[in-house]
Amino acid sequence: MNGAHYVRGDFMSDHEGVRRRDVLKGLGVTGAAVGIATTAAPPALTEAQAQAAPHAHTHPPERNGESANIFRYFTPPEAAVIVALVDTLIPKDDVGPGGVEVGVPIFIDRELAGAYGRGARMFLNGPFGEGTPQQGYQLPLPPADLYRVGIADLNAWCARTRDGKTFDQLSTADRTAALKALEAGQAEFRQIPSRTFFGILLQNTMEGYFADPIYGGNRNSAVWAMIGFPGAIGMYADLIEQYRNKQYVAAPKSIQDLS
Amino acid sequence: MSTKLKAADIVIVGLGWTGGILAKELADTGLSIVVLERGKPRDTNPDFMYPNIHDELKYAQRHELMQDVSRETLTFRNNSGQTALPMRQLGSFLPGEGVGGAGVHWNGVTWRWLPWDHEPEKMTLARYGKSAIPQDMQLQDWGVSYDELEPYYDKFEYLCGVAGKAGNLAGNKIDGGNVFEGSRKREYPNPPMIQSYPGQLFEKAARSLGYHPFPGPSANMSQPYINPDGVAFGACHYCGYCERFGCEVNAKASAHFTVIPLAAAKKNVEIRTDSRVMKVNLDAAQKRAESVTYLDAAGREFEQPGGLVVLAAYALGNVHLMLLSRIGKPYDPVAGSGVVGRNYAYQIGSGANVFFDEKTWMNPFMGSGALSMNIDDFNTGSFDHLKEGFIGGGGISTPSAGGRPIGFRPVPPGTPAWGTDWKRAVVRHYNHTLAINNQGSVMGYRQNYLDLDPTYRDRYGRPLMRMTFDFQPNEQKQANFLADVCVKIGEAMGGERVARRGAPQRYSIVPYQSTHNTGGAVLGTDPTRSALNPFSQTWDVSNVFVTGACAFPQNAGKNPTGPVAALALRTADSIKRYLKNPGPLVPA
Repeated sequence: MNGAHYVRGDFMSDHEGVRRRDVLKGLGVTGAAVGIATTAAPPALTEAQAQAAPHAHTHPPERNGESANIFRYFTPPEAAVIVALVDTLIPKDDVGPGGVEVGVPIFIDRELAGAYGRGARMFLNGPFGEGTPQQGYQLPLPPADLYRVGIADLNAWCARTRDGKTFDQLSTADRTAALKALEAGQAEFRQIPSRTFFGILLQNTMEGYFADPIYGGNRNSAVWAMIGFPGAIGMYADLIEQYRNKQYVAAPKSIQDLS
Repeated sequence: MSTKLKAADIVIVGLGWTGGILAKELADTGLSIVVLERGKPRDTNPDFMYPNIHDELKYAQRHELMQDVSRETLTFRNNSGQTALPMRQLGSFLPGEGVGGAGVHWNGVTWRWLPWDHEPEKMTLARYGKSAIPQDMQLQDWGVSYDELEPYYDKFEYLCGVAGKAGNLAGNKIDGGNVFEGSRKREYPNPPMIQSYPGQLFEKAARSLGYHPFPGPSANMSQPYINPDGVAFGACHYCGYCERFGCEVNAKASAHFTVIPLAAAKKNVEIRTDSRVMKVNLDAAQKRAESVTYLDAAGREFEQPGGLVVLAAYALGNVHLMLLSRIGKPYDPVAGSGVVGRNYAYQIGSGANVFFDEKTWMNPFMGSGALSMNIDDFNTGSFDHLKEGFIGGGGISTPSAGGRPIGFRPVPPGTPAWGTDWKRAVVRHYNHTLAINNQGSVMGYRQNYLDLDPTYRDRYGRPLMRMTFDFQPNEQKQANFLADVCVKIGEAMGGERVARRGAPQRYSIVPYQSTHNTGGAVLGTDPTRSALNPFSQTWDVSNVFVTGACAFPQNAGKNPTGPVAALALRTADSIKRYLKNPGPLVPA
């Protein structure tokens, strides 16, 4: 059953792009610049061909680690704010890894650069009205636009209330206080409700922290190891009885580990 | 614009459990059958292969296998005084899309609904009298009793290889099974699954309180299985990736590898995917369906004539198509007239989370979608619910459905949602917590209904369906009463802390609750209160049959797939009767 090496379309298109580029570089093809849109990768080489290429495994891409840290969607000032936000929501501490070190800002960036960010599966027809909380999200903005507007609003609100500073320029204590105000809906944003921005930020931060590492967060499955989740492996028919009320320790396995 | 195609004898709309069952059962007639499915073709290989299928972000968070609401959605409001607004992303419920429908990403929980659920009006009147029924509650019977449906429940359980233990075999009550279930003619086809530690804790605690715990009926295979049609199933791995995922080893019964290939192998059955039905076309007198109009993947419009049309889409999709096609009179809650859209219902949830010490290990990731321990002591019809001030009840269970960490991160109330204290709590409680859930029934009400939205249109220019729904005091009393029972069980388990989850104040379309939408085109014996006669035939257009949870006049305290499939099997028999002598099976 371990034969599924193909890469699916749809949401996974970003990762397909990364893998193609890395493979191409491993082959000595250097035309694809690192860190730009996935469409820059030449589309001619199929995944099957790439995997069959003789040097793909013997010459691992040297700059792989660097490309993984280049933002695609966020501008540098936006990226600085996202890194500061994630670092405040999930700091590095004595409990376990921080959101930034396991790649959560890159996860959010990759999500926003793809189908999710464009709201590909959202209903975005008008007219738009302000509903009740029970009616859910009603803004005309798909996630990528919501972040762009939200970061601008956040920085403007910080500047108004905190001596002209953007969020990433605040002290740790001020960042925490600011996020608590957003969470409570007490920060007055100019364009969108601050609580709406906080909601999607928290959701995506948690997704990146706990999702399979193939999406750019939870690097080295470090978050799964922290909580004791064995990851994508899922073979417990012979273990569920044996480990009743016993600790089960296993190094977490990601989809890539099992592929 | 529209290309008119060669006529088929039978046109089936939708290819999930119900469409698959009908295609397979009706194929034996030798008549020409065309099945139209709006989504993509899908199969276990390659679509659900390991390890890629074990991807929580893609399937559970981004809804890869579910309805794409950018194309079709609905509008929602809590009451008719509000303006309905679109459901702009999936949340509260997750209809399927593509071959196999929602039956691909279900958990596999395969109940028979209790006898009361089929005849609540009759049983309530007999026990309590008419004054017991709240004035706005539209309590009504199916016109099909549990006993009439029993052979079809049985057939579906063997089709699916359901693992379980009988509690009522031909009237004999059996300890360890569900003693509150209706009488069944034979045992389940497979023995119960291996119970988890949380399930054992639940069983012991429930028994200590005098309740009657039993393992949940599971269409996740407790052992390899070959069904009566010769379809082979693999044994469950207890991988914890059932709900919202497909199963890579065919250990979770699904239509795409059981009934659908059997139907597709027949020469007289043609399945067309990427075929999105826009409406059913009636004759001038609106008495007969002549064809359906659909769009293919390229957006080209086709007219498919048919002698008989079966609506077998998701519950909400069937009602939408009936409203768009003017099949039956739309329900008007003010006048109290009309039937299509009437008695839309949902379920109400409550329960308790039990937090244990760090020496008690739950291993929440070891599990399967339908692995659970349950009691029905407080379910519909099992106890004197009127004494507690409400009509209905709920099933109480501790599931072990998986511990995928984006969705499963239990922390005690009062824990911050982020920061170091949050992280400490997640690490502390991830492996040391279990849930006790009430799945509460919801009755039909005059003010809860479906109709067409006056403002919003889908990508194809059709009016969206409008959902008007809120929880009513009867259901909130029930959910609070059952939450108290959950707390009692939790306290008997010996955890450090039990956190009660009471009834929700208002229904919200935002957080996931359950994909158990019912009603809108309900069965019944009275054409002024039901859209369908007891044979699933529309009262007004005798060559249109409708099957699915839309046919249930009220919602139960149990998952609906069992009765949905049983009713589809019965509908196939009713259609065969109709084909011998076309016309209304019940005089209107």
